[in-house]
Amino acid sequence: MATTTANGIAAGERSASLGRGYWLAGILVVLALLPLIGGKTGMISNYGFLQLSLMIVYAIAVLGLILLTGFNGQISLGHGAFFAVGAYVAAVLIDQANWPYWATLPVAAIFCFLVGYLFGLPALRLEGHYLALATFALAVAVPQILKYRHFEWFTNGVQGINIFKPDPPFGVPLSADQWMYLVVLAVAVLMFWIARNLLDSRTGRALRAIRDHTMAASTMGINVAHYKTVVFGISALYTGVAGALHAIIFEFVAPDSFRFELSIAILVGAVVGGIASLPGAVIGGVFVQVIEKYADALTKKLTAAVNLPLDLEPWTIYGIALIVLMYTMPMGIAGGLALLWRRLRGS
Amino acid sequence: MEQLIQQVASGLANGAIYACLALALVMIFVSTDHINFAQGELAMFSAYLVWQALDWGVSFWLALPVVAFISFLIGVGIERVILRPLHHAPVLSVVVVFIGLLAIFHSLAGAIWGHTIKAIPSPFPHVTFVGSGYIGPHQIGMIVVTIALLLALFAFFRFTPLGLAMRAAAQNPASARLAGIRVDWMLALGWGLAAAIGAVAGALVAPAVYLEPNMMASILLYGFAGALVGGISSPGGAVAGGFIVGVLENVIAYLGNLFEKTTGVYVIGNGEKLTVALIIVITVLTLKPSGLFGQVSVKRV
Repeated sequence: MATTTANGIAAGERSASLGRGYWLAGILVVLALLPLIGGKTGMISNYGFLQLSLMIVYAIAVLGLILLTGFNGQISLGHGAFFAVGAYVAAVLIDQANWPYWATLPVAAIFCFLVGYLFGLPALRLEGHYLALATFALAVAVPQILKYRHFEWFTNGVQGINIFKPDPPFGVPLSADQWMYLVVLAVAVLMFWIARNLLDSRTGRALRAIRDHTMAASTMGINVAHYKTVVFGISALYTGVAGALHAIIFEFVAPDSFRFELSIAILVGAVVGGIASLPGAVIGGVFVQVIEKYADALTKKLTAAVNLPLDLEPWTIYGIALIVLMYTMPMGIAGGLALLWRRLRGS
Repeated sequence: MEQLIQQVASGLANGAIYACLALALVMIFVSTDHINFAQGELAMFSAYLVWQALDWGVSFWLALPVVAFISFLIGVGIERVILRPLHHAPVLSVVVVFIGLLAIFHSLAGAIWGHTIKAIPSPFPHVTFVGSGYIGPHQIGMIVVTIALLLALFAFFRFTPLGLAMRAAAQNPASARLAGIRVDWMLALGWGLAAAIGAVAGALVAPAVYLEPNMMASILLYGFAGALVGGISSPGGAVAGGFIVGVLENVIAYLGNLFEKTTGVYVIGNGEKLTVALIIVITVLTLKPSGLFGQVSVKRV
């Protein structure tokens, strides 16, 4: 097809993206109807809906990191910190001030934006490894900060805070888990939609320009410091909202649920899914929850299958998978699939 | 006053460990520009190897060099097998691989030796001496062994041809290669040495903090802080920085304690040690990224 004109390519792309739009809408409708299809027929238990909700929550958290690392090139090993802040804002408002759960989400979002923005100010001066180091320190210190004695009157110290899952409003005939699944799904759709539009805008192009060549971007008149701090705030906002949702559906927060492992899980989700891809965030979120849930069983089976003399732990497999992935698919599963698709189409 | 001296002395002892780790981090950083996030877990793994040797009835002073040598081989192996293909990879890939290594060593230690706390007896004799109210024999031992190790390393880099070759490879790889130095192997040797130093640090600190897979998290953080305070591009600076943050850690906790006693207001104490390290790291990185003794890095435009 040597005679394909620029117009032809553009038209093809447009129809492809239109087709993708239909697919996406179809999948979303099915997901939204799941409580009716799966819940009423008993195919999916309440526990199943909790698992689905957690996957979506992690997808939002991973999306936050992807905006920062994938699209702006700032590495963070400490996103568990923002997740924790969001979770605590929601839990404290519900526990201390009796706020309805939905009202805590915007507050958590704004609060996390501010925290992220403030952390982004010193981070501005750091690049690459140094930023990774600073955020690593943040991730390690988080549980201790949450246990700080002067915060105890509202954080409840080591014990953490118990809250209760809200029932569906207006007598909607759904269980609490099914209802929260719908809420989480709606929030996720909204946040992914905003992220896509943000990345398609002038701001998104500026972010990518800074990632690809900071100096060239600044000579083009892009205010690097401004964009870098703002995207740090936005990234923290996304992860913080995920944290708030997690607190609400999990009904519990405590300092030790936000250890360094959480930050690693978010990073791994982003890397496995595809560091600069929105669908990658979804894959990453599913991966994080599946690993958390099934890695133990999977590792035991694997150990038994190859007759290893010792009981491997999930983290070993986790680590090996990470390293192998960095060699084979540096752009993650989403990037790998896209590459495969292009090869198959032969272009 | 007596308490303050005691705190400073034990700060120096902890500082010896931080200095070792900081030095290990710097050795890898100057030659490859990588910050090794798995350094602490490697040291923890080596400490477990020492425990295993002791459990088999080997004496500590025989086990230490053997484990240090095994760690050296592990370090060389990691560089050759895992990191070599990534020499030109983006920073994110390298960081992710380090995190993967961290996860692997952390979980392997848990899988092999379990998560229950183990104790390593101190290898130093229990003696009383002038001033032993201020500092215990193990703490003095930690400082002495660290300083001996540092002097040996200094001599190695200063007076042996191999040390010179390693310094050349780190400072100017292209010219070093032209002069016939096998730069890739020098990097691997640097990794091995760093792992061996970490092994000594792990084995020395284990009697003081007990052995468990999480033991190194806070120590590594202080190692980072030490490396940054001294200047992450300067080995001597990193050692000084390690001692500085060790003393700082204890003095801050002491001052917080004193403040609480006099005013009744709790501000800071032993529970905030990691937070203190975080503040040190961020302060140094933002105000003086080159540290006290490091070179200011200049970027060519």
